[in-house]
Amino acid sequence: MRRAIYAHSEEKRENKIWPFILSELKPKGKVFTPFNIISAPIMLVGFVIIFLRFWNGIGYVTNLTQEVPWGLWIGFDVVTGVAFAGGAYVLVFLVYILNMEKYKPIARVTVLNGFLAYLFYSGALLLDLGRPLHIVNVIIGNNYGVSSVLFLVGWHFLLYMLALFLEFSPAIAEWLGARKLRKILSGMTLGAVVFGITLSVLHQSGIGALFLMAKEKIHPLWYNAYMPIMFVVSSVFGGISMVIFEGSISHKVFSDQMESDSHEKHNSILHGLSKICAACMFVYLFSLILIFAHQQNWQYLPTKMGIWYLVEVIGFVLVPMMLFYYSSRNKNILWIKIASIMTLIGIILNRMNVSIIAFRWDDAIRYVPSWKEFIVTLTIIFIEVWVFRWIVRRMPVLRKSPSWVKDSH
Amino acid sequence: MKINRLNFLRVLGLTGVSLAIGKPLNASQKKSSDTEFYGILYDSTRCVGCQECEIVCAKEHGLPEPDSKDMPMAGVKRKTNENRRSVINAYETSVGEVYAKKQCMHCNEPACDAACLTQAMHKTYEGPVIWRGDKCMGCRYCMISCPFDVPKFEYQSTNPKIVKCTMCYERVKEGKIPVCAENCPAEAIVFGTRRELLKEARKRIVEDPDLYYDHIYGEQEAGGTSFLYLSPVPFEELGFKTNIQNKSYPSLTKGFISAIAPVDILLPAALLGIHEATKSNKKNTEDEL
Repeated sequence: MRRAIYAHSEEKRENKIWPFILSELKPKGKVFTPFNIISAPIMLVGFVIIFLRFWNGIGYVTNLTQEVPWGLWIGFDVVTGVAFAGGAYVLVFLVYILNMEKYKPIARVTVLNGFLAYLFYSGALLLDLGRPLHIVNVIIGNNYGVSSVLFLVGWHFLLYMLALFLEFSPAIAEWLGARKLRKILSGMTLGAVVFGITLSVLHQSGIGALFLMAKEKIHPLWYNAYMPIMFVVSSVFGGISMVIFEGSISHKVFSDQMESDSHEKHNSILHGLSKICAACMFVYLFSLILIFAHQQNWQYLPTKMGIWYLVEVIGFVLVPMMLFYYSSRNKNILWIKIASIMTLIGIILNRMNVSIIAFRWDDAIRYVPSWKEFIVTLTIIFIEVWVFRWIVRRMPVLRKSPSWVKDSH
Repeated sequence: MKINRLNFLRVLGLTGVSLAIGKPLNASQKKSSDTEFYGILYDSTRCVGCQECEIVCAKEHGLPEPDSKDMPMAGVKRKTNENRRSVINAYETSVGEVYAKKQCMHCNEPACDAACLTQAMHKTYEGPVIWRGDKCMGCRYCMISCPFDVPKFEYQSTNPKIVKCTMCYERVKEGKIPVCAENCPAEAIVFGTRRELLKEARKRIVEDPDLYYDHIYGEQEAGGTSFLYLSPVPFEELGFKTNIQNKSYPSLTKGFISAIAPVDILLPAALLGIHEATKSNKKNTEDEL
């Protein structure tokens, strides 16, 4: 008898779920916001360019050459984007491994950001592949190139997306009101977290290792045997800076989703994060100096590339590091935000330097991305923001979970 | 060899080891005989720059033939590209005009092969490095990795191929020799096993030390290549890259690759351990709340 009632209620919910999803698909909020008015036309142009890329080949829309086969779509979308998405593994490490409950309120939104970043950046990767359909070869084993760094990166990418999805999935279950499902999914969180951090460490370093074989092509100030380690360390503070930056925007845009006391809590979170950033950047800077001295790179400093190197290391690592340190001691939120933006610029500089600017720095003809490549990159970012906004407005990401979720896990 | 105690023990030890693992050892010896790869020896003292190799190469692989204006000229650097697997260039050197052919070096341990995540770039058992279109996904990581900038990509195509010299692999499999070696009127291009070619190259240098610069390009470069060069002048005068390392390029990523498995196994255990160890933190903060 009991079972029958239970089955009945399950069925009832099943029946409700599709109309519910359909109703959720409709836009919430104003349609003609400044952001929409700017982003929509750019995205339209972007879609046309993406169509042309598949219709006429990669050479039709990009400025790539035989000497520089990886451009903005890899150098920014993938190499830089993955570093920015590093916040997801750092935050879940703090919350689920170190059990620091303080950071829990921003864990879910960070995981969502990470998941969307990976989803769309690997989507952007498909645009850059000459034979995108053959990407299944990596999965079905036609053939497994196990000695390839890219093989490792690809598989760790794929599995990490799965881990991120599992970490976020309780929010989807809460949105759908699926209690049983939520219980199962939240039970998998710790496993996904452990798995996800491991995968992250390896693919973040793997992206650095991708360039190890390009020994003579990358300027000696940027090329070193420790690139894999440096990429992991910089992904920690790069990821956290993205969390700070994105959080300060979300707090303004989605203020309706926030609890009244969340502002205070958020400030205390920012202080903690800026301390972590300062410490991490100190380690990074120290390693940079060791590598610099070990490789005896003094001779390159008085050159053009040397000055460019100093701009990156002093202007966008040392200075934001000191700002983070200063503002975490003085509880200055504004300077934390400024420092996070400077750090993000520093990460962009570093990744672009390794993959594009210092790559074949001595060539007569340099690669400069075409405007079409920029538009496609913007399109990818805008799609991600649109999807992010859609989810935040509907699922319990920034706001608290529904009351039926008792265990805070 | 004098039989003293040390050598006696060495021989004894080796015999013991080979008796113990006799069969597998023999097998691995046969497999790792990289010196038995086929290769090509190109002698730029013999080359007359007639472009016959370019023409037959284009014909063999269905590529456009070089037109009459597209000739090797000193000061003009012609490059291989998606329509041209091999080029002859002329260089003004200390001993006058010298020609040099450029194409894939067919490394013993190719960077492109190690880079390729689907093994589309493949070092064959016979020696040629080939590209397999049914596997390639067009990521161009081979182009990033190749120290000689050999693989070329068809940017204008919707189903692009990677274009490079394959040492006429189809012909080599049938027991024939590559078209460039077969058709060279000056006998500047010789096909054979790498071991024979190295011997021949050394013989030529020894027999005519005044003619040859004392270096075989490709013997050590990038860990050894199947394409070997002889020249009358230092190789930088012929536009060769001299910053190529003598270790193989895949050796640069070997340390990283071998660290993956230990990290994949040990890190989760460490993370779970930390999680258990810091559980009390969580309870404390909950108590405070």
